[in-house]
Amino acid sequence: MATLEIRDLHVTVEADNATKEILKGVDLTVKQGETHAIMGPNGSGKSTLAYSLAGHPKYTITSGTVLLDGEDVLEMSVDERARAGLFLAMQYPVEVPGVSVSNFLRTSATAVRGEAPKLRTWVKEVREAMERLNMDPSFAERNVNEGFSGGEKKRHEILQLELLKPKVAILDETDSGLDVDALRIVSEGVNRVRETGEVGTLLITHYTRILRYIKPDHVHVFADGRIAESGGPELADKLENEGYEAYVKGGASA
Amino acid sequence: MAEAQNSPVGSTTAGAIAVAAESTVATRMSAPPSFAVTDFPVPHGREEEWRFTPLERLRGLHDGTAVATGEGVKVDVEAPEGVTVELVGREDARLGRAGTPVDRVAAQAYSAFEQAGVVTVPKETVLTEPIRIAVHGEGGVAFGHQVIELGAFAEAVVVIDHTGDAVLAANVDYLLGDGAKLTVVSVQDWDDKAVHVAQHNALIGRDASFKSVVVTFGGDVVRLHPRVTYAGPGGEAELLGVYFTDAGQHQEHRLLVDHNTPHCKSNVVYKGALQGDDAHAVWIGDVLIEAKAEGTDTYEMNRNLVLTDGARVDSVPNLEIETGEIVGAGHASATGRFDDEQLFYLMARGIPEHDARRLVVRGFFAELVQQIGVPDIEERLIARIEEELEASVA
Ligand SMILES: Nc1ncnc2c1ncn2[C@@H]1O[C@H](COP(=O)(O)OP(=O)(O)OP(=O)(O)O)[C@@H](O)[C@H]1O
Ligand SMILES: [Mg+2]
Repeated sequence: MATLEIRDLHVTVEADNATKEILKGVDLTVKQGETHAIMGPNGSGKSTLAYSLAGHPKYTITSGTVLLDGEDVLEMSVDERARAGLFLAMQYPVEVPGVSVSNFLRTSATAVRGEAPKLRTWVKEVREAMERLNMDPSFAERNVNEGFSGGEKKRHEILQLELLKPKVAILDETDSGLDVDALRIVSEGVNRVRETGEVGTLLITHYTRILRYIKPDHVHVFADGRIAESGGPELADKLENEGYEAYVKGGASA
Repeated sequence: MAEAQNSPVGSTTAGAIAVAAESTVATRMSAPPSFAVTDFPVPHGREEEWRFTPLERLRGLHDGTAVATGEGVKVDVEAPEGVTVELVGREDARLGRAGTPVDRVAAQAYSAFEQAGVVTVPKETVLTEPIRIAVHGEGGVAFGHQVIELGAFAEAVVVIDHTGDAVLAANVDYLLGDGAKLTVVSVQDWDDKAVHVAQHNALIGRDASFKSVVVTFGGDVVRLHPRVTYAGPGGEAELLGVYFTDAGQHQEHRLLVDHNTPHCKSNVVYKGALQGDDAHAVWIGDVLIEAKAEGTDTYEMNRNLVLTDGARVDSVPNLEIETGEIVGAGHASATGRFDDEQLFYLMARGIPEHDARRLVVRGFFAELVQQIGVPDIEERLIARIEEELEASVA
């Protein structure tokens, strides 16, 4: 069973010629089939955690370990992590001019699966996945994320999630910027992947809204670069009512 | 690469659309066009037309110290049946008809060549195979003149291939009869030390269409000056360019489309990638719509993709409009950096760095390459782009 183990993760960034510590000791274990919601105020370091796990070069790991099925993730390059089974749906997906969605998806599926998918089944697979996400087939010929609306970018991220079938999916604010219909469509996409039971999901969000569609097994409150409190789904209800105030003012109450 | 004008460090993009009573394209030059080298002062580098060019690397082409040597370049012409291939003397009436040298090096080339090549496709002859002109540098200094003339309604593809090492200054004239269709591909695939300065003059007959494809990879300094004028209404010019500028290379493309005749079209698209320290690409796009050129339709675009630090781009589109009675006129210029965020995004989907870079650069050039319409050139171009990328990743 696939397991992602994060131990005492400390991460810094360089900003204005100063080194700033953003993650201050994150501990978290995500097992295959589980869904963990990470909730926290703006600027608490949620995206930093997501990017650090994916290997973004801007973030420096100063201490701690990240293991995926016992393998040292921090030793891997960005593409190796993806091929090992990590997937990051980004808060702000990047535009790649000149590269069509269909070419991108196929190149990526080829890399992750270790062989080129058979053309005939592949075309069908992509078309059906796009239909389920209410994406017009014309998106396949458009350039990656270029001119996509916020909601279209998020659907495109979930399309990739469905096609790449990772072991661990980190979804960074996949719900932000979505209207209610789009939120439902995107959540259904995530749930289809979850229902396979083969993915561990790290759902990063600012709002409890998405948790009505995607039911987490565990909820963690993220504040000031670490997990301040962990609990079951009931913790989300508490946050819904009380907000993050208790965590930002008086510091962590673990 | 961002859509908007996104200029990385070490790049300038200065665009202008001027609505002028009189053109400044001519007055910006330090001397009026002339066939005589003595009509041009020796440039110092501050002149508008020389300010981007490293004169000290021109090996004397600009100041008269470059002297033709025995082994300059070797020219081989391979032409299908029906095409006339000649070597002619300076007095031949066809020389210089398409245009007059506009700077000192072009005038130097005109003043110094001994024999000119003339390739003629008779009227109404439609070629199915390209004419191939191989210009191979033999390590010396050469001054050249080449004329390619298509009679009325003739159709031809010409590939001019520059390889080897040379210091070459040349003028190339394209004369298109009424209704003729000419595609010319000029490939600059020189060795590292070559210096190549040339003016290309196209004179486009009534209802004729001219497509120029300029492909520049090699050389120490390559400075090309493709120019288009129209001999009658209904003419069309498509000027496409691809360059890949490596460390230390200077590649300069200066275009002029002179809409001097009503109801003509022009479309200019140049794209370049740069990598390595002191890679320098210059693109000047002058489009002039004269007062009498009503019904003109023109668009010009230059895009640059900067793959590494240390490269520099100067891109200057300049559109001058002397009449409002036109169909359309536009220009665009953008220089973007190969973006680490794009690289991260692609790699985060499992794509190895090398493949990710290739995907982005291929994508950048793909649309333009598809417009060339000469299959073996398209393939060779893609292969060369891949080679350049291999070199950069290695
Ligand atoms: N590349 C960077 N350079 C400088 N500062 C950064 C960088 N990345 C993150 N930070 C800073 O680190 C802190 C945490 O940012 P992060 O984006 O991880 O927060 P977040 O919890 O995802 O917030 P949000 O809810 O707004 O998405 C912020 O103060 C942010 O400004
Ligand atoms: Mg965030």
